[in-house]
Amino acid sequence: MATATRRMRKIINEPDQVVKESLAGLAASVPDVLRYDVANQILVRADAPVKGKVALISGGGSGHEPLHGGFVGVGMLDAACPGEVFTSPVPDQMLAATKAVNGGAGVIHIVKNYTGDVLNFKMAADEAADEGIKVEAVVIDDDVAVQDSLYTAGRRGVGATVLAEKIGGAAAERGDSLEAVLGFIRQVNARGRSFGIALSSCIPPASGNPIFDLPEGEMEVGIGIHGEPGRRRAPLGSAAEIADIMVEAVTSDLAAKAGSNVLAFVNGMGGTPLLELYLLYGEIDKRLRAAGLTPVRNLVGSYITSLEMAGASLTVLELDDQLTALWDAPVHTAALRWGG
Amino acid sequence: MAVAIAMDAQTVTAWMNEIAASVRAERDYLVQLDAAIGDGDHGINLNRGFDAVTLALSTEPDGTPGKLLILSGKTLVSTVGGASGPLWGSALRKAGRALGDEPTFDLAQLVDAMAAALASIQDLGAAVPGDKTMVDALEPAVTAMRGGLARGASSGEMLRSAAEAAEAGMRATIPMQARKGRASYLGERSIGHQDPGATSTAMIIRALERTVAGTP
Repeated sequence: MATATRRMRKIINEPDQVVKESLAGLAASVPDVLRYDVANQILVRADAPVKGKVALISGGGSGHEPLHGGFVGVGMLDAACPGEVFTSPVPDQMLAATKAVNGGAGVIHIVKNYTGDVLNFKMAADEAADEGIKVEAVVIDDDVAVQDSLYTAGRRGVGATVLAEKIGGAAAERGDSLEAVLGFIRQVNARGRSFGIALSSCIPPASGNPIFDLPEGEMEVGIGIHGEPGRRRAPLGSAAEIADIMVEAVTSDLAAKAGSNVLAFVNGMGGTPLLELYLLYGEIDKRLRAAGLTPVRNLVGSYITSLEMAGASLTVLELDDQLTALWDAPVHTAALRWGG
Repeated sequence: MAVAIAMDAQTVTAWMNEIAASVRAERDYLVQLDAAIGDGDHGINLNRGFDAVTLALSTEPDGTPGKLLILSGKTLVSTVGGASGPLWGSALRKAGRALGDEPTFDLAQLVDAMAAALASIQDLGAAVPGDKTMVDALEPAVTAMRGGLARGASSGEMLRSAAEAAEAGMRATIPMQARKGRASYLGERSIGHQDPGATSTAMIIRALERTVAGTP
């Protein structure tokens, strides 16, 4: 793995400065939305702390942009804690973020279910509690590719994280209590399911090499968001065949009532263009309707990514009137912006 | 009785420096192991963490062995991230607390400290032997240290057997299917790969053996 063998084509300066320089650039692009606390390596909503508002914090490894920094702002997150690429942030960051956004109404940590994220957030929550700040955590685990059993670390947190941050953020923004906001976030996790496929690996800047090699004509099925291989490898299918796999995996596990309204989130992994994502959405929309579900809301684009990995994931969230209203509520972040 | 050798703060600093050197040397190997069943950053994260430990110990060199282990653990928690940061960070803090405030420690106290480290890792990570994790290397090492203590082995012999047990445990992870951590997402595809966490753990025990033997 010498430097000479590196296959990296990236717009970067020094590989070990990628995360910091990207955060600085994000802050420079949306100074009205957020600020970058360089010393603590956190992104904080520009007007934080908002007195009397429940504060939402998320965090995780970098490389999933716009998650989470792109979702900091009015109507979504109060702070984001970015770790190194694909590496959980450290408790110091989460504690600093918790103090920076605490408006006195409680702080919620939205944690994707990975061993490192869970451990680091738990340490931070314990320290915050020692300092008298009320912190609740919700662990998101929506990936149906992994069975939640004694034989795994449990289901991974993937696409539903974006929806939980939007819906929980909207509830907090309108002044809901800590318990109410927690309830909506838990509902999104309970009624959301995801499944992803990859058509290529990706190259973490620090190592400079692809995480795995995928031969021509094959795809990884049941992937997460860290460039890791999936549950199995299969011949590369058409968009229709990929939509079949995704919709079957998600709807069979979700087991929504026939006639339910759903939000369909077709997410790009970073290297798949919108041309293909819209095409895939069309295939998925037809199949959801055929399965008796009505996609009354959707989100199509690359929102929780795995660097430049080609591929896509589907998240389906069963909606009710309250969740729909919270989804529609105004949001003003770098990556999601509507209403208001 | 074991040969009465006294270890002190310098032993801890030398051990941490020894770990930092071997993690730096094996950084790309650990990355390769992790790329096969994880996300390929284990060597990079540990390298960053133990370099920070080396720096922290050089700027705050004064203290009891216990204090220096606690400082090392805190530094790992603050710099590594991922799962290995909290796991090894807490382990070293618990090991440091087990040593207490005394200026020196003997082999029996070292075994207690390593047992406290293992207990901390199992408590936080909820892993048991056979899950294909760092526990598969650390647990046999602690057992070997206990055995060495019971039969009155010399420090060199005790730690050699611990390092060998850790390395055997590390190799034994190859045919295992991962049940904890990121490799568990691969299911059966995790079989046939050596666990990167068990590998770095074996390196940490081997570094302890070299430190105490005084022959890096």
